[in-house]
Amino acid sequence: MTKLPEIAVSFAGVSRRFGEVRAVDGVSFEIQDGEFFSMLGPSGSGKTTCLRLIAGFEQPDAGNIAIHGANVEGVPPYQRDVNTVFQDYALFPHMSVSENVEYGLMIRRVPAAERRRRSQEMLGLVKLEALGTRKPNQLSGGQRQRVALARALINRPSVLLLDEPLGALDLKLREQMQEELKALQRQVGITFIHVTHDQGEALAMSDRLAVFNHGRIEQIGAPAEIYEHPASAFVAGFVGVSNVCSGELARRLTASAQPFAIRPEKIAMFGASEQGPDGWLAIAGRIRAVTYHGATTRYAVALEGGGELAVMQQNAGDGEPFASIGEPVRLAWSRRLNQPLAGDL
Amino acid sequence: MTAAYAQPSLTSRISTALYLHPKLLLTLLLAPPLLWLGVIYLGSLFALLLQSFFYVDEFSGNIVREFSLATYAQLFSRANADIFLRTTVMAAAVTVAAALIAFPIAYYMVRYASMRMKALLYLAVMLPLWSSYLVRVYAWKLILAKEGIVTWFAAQLHLTWMLDAVLSIPVIGGPSLSISYIGSFLVFLYIWLPFMILPIVAALERVPASLTEASADLGATPKQTLRKVILPLAFPGVVAGSIFTFSLTLGDYIIPGIIGNSRPFIGQAVYQFQGTAGNIPLAAAFTVVPILIMALYLTAARRLGAFDAL
Repeated sequence: MTKLPEIAVSFAGVSRRFGEVRAVDGVSFEIQDGEFFSMLGPSGSGKTTCLRLIAGFEQPDAGNIAIHGANVEGVPPYQRDVNTVFQDYALFPHMSVSENVEYGLMIRRVPAAERRRRSQEMLGLVKLEALGTRKPNQLSGGQRQRVALARALINRPSVLLLDEPLGALDLKLREQMQEELKALQRQVGITFIHVTHDQGEALAMSDRLAVFNHGRIEQIGAPAEIYEHPASAFVAGFVGVSNVCSGELARRLTASAQPFAIRPEKIAMFGASEQGPDGWLAIAGRIRAVTYHGATTRYAVALEGGGELAVMQQNAGDGEPFASIGEPVRLAWSRRLNQPLAGDL
Repeated sequence: MTAAYAQPSLTSRISTALYLHPKLLLTLLLAPPLLWLGVIYLGSLFALLLQSFFYVDEFSGNIVREFSLATYAQLFSRANADIFLRTTVMAAAVTVAAALIAFPIAYYMVRYASMRMKALLYLAVMLPLWSSYLVRVYAWKLILAKEGIVTWFAAQLHLTWMLDAVLSIPVIGGPSLSISYIGSFLVFLYIWLPFMILPIVAALERVPASLTEASADLGATPKQTLRKVILPLAFPGVVAGSIFTFSLTLGDYIIPGIIGNSRPFIGQAVYQFQGTAGNIPLAAAFTVVPILIMALYLTAARRLGAFDAL
């Protein structure tokens, strides 16, 4: 047996237009074999179209897509070695859970006994052994999602595509499924390509992620790299919360017009009369708003001379706010935490 | 501060009473339509069934209002059995043909047509229903007649031999299209086709496109997807449509009277017995047969799982 190439999926200058809209606009990237890769972006940013291009539901207008080194131009979905978990799960309503899971094997004419064995194994993997005879409409959202996973994984695809798989679940279940999906991916060792608009989900689950905007990729990297070193104002604002400082405000703080981003949790807050550590950037302001988030409290601070910065503090103590609305404060942070931004703002 | 609700008017007090007693409201709302359905529809059907157990005195020709199975014994004569068979086979043929024609049209309307195209197709399907049924049937008589446009067109294309070959097929053929079972079949098919298209469209509308994609994603070719996913899910729509086409063909007495070879269908037999022959019990017994056929049909459809995906 020959060893599979290292690259699971590669895009080279891929474009897809819908009428006048450039849904995907000259996108190039490579996904490693066995990687958990997320495509993150707002709706209409082209991430789902990229997923559909890999699945074969769409054909590119330009560029090349290769799956495990083989160009897939003109190859229909049913001949591609990838499987998809759909956003609405797309379970067949007229089939039982087992029949849904066995569908791919039934199509490939795998003998009934082996089908049964493998579907039991798969339902075990997603902890639904007992529900094989149910119809999809008798399942909860979380259970349907697991059936959709089992139905895709039973075919042992080389790449699994997940289209907003957790979007329809409530918060607690979503967090639980994030961990389970990640564990499942380690267990089966298949490349997972995951589309989401939820930055928290992308950061928590991915080995690497690509941030999409207007049909292009703004940045590709590991979660910490994307979060700590956003390459553009868009990434800084979309992934987590950022204070983007540019123009006059940037000049006032750093004596340079180079725009930069600073995360709210990196800014320390002091009383108006206190001084921050030596060498830190410092600016005085007044609390404009206080929002309590449980684990953290967020402050909007109106700066002296105009502008506003968001500051976030852990509620490590008794949860009493550091300052209340209207109080003067001094903000300070280490200059090296400023993340310079490229591009237009 | 204590707030008192303003003294309500009579209408608002009635509204409140109904709001607080939803069952009373439901009863009031449902009673008139249920009475209508119960008395007018089921009552008259029951009266009809009752009539079929009376019989006509052979000497006086009067209806004897006593319980008897004599009429049913009369019903199952050889000649009448032919009528049932003829009508049922025609209804089945019309239904199958209508389903075969309607499905691709419905599928196109749901999956491929633009909004504008879809509206146009809806109009095209329903427009004929706005004109008189009789006019359309007589128009078909002219189209299918020996001197009609079909014969002329066949001659222009030098295909008269083909038309003649079709007309010389035993049983379904005849001297011309308008005087043959083929003619009645074509007109039945034309008249009832919208009743097959619309339910299939409704059924397909409820099949999300993602199911087709999921099937392809799992390795199914378009043909396999059609057989394993689309047809089973559209089946309730086909059954709903077939209930219309089948029962409407079973009961129709105008089309075979105008176009066809004058061998009677169930509807025509009922018409003759209750009219000229004055044999109401036999006419009533005749109508029981299509009811039974439909009951059998629906049972079979249920067994096939036609209503599972509803």
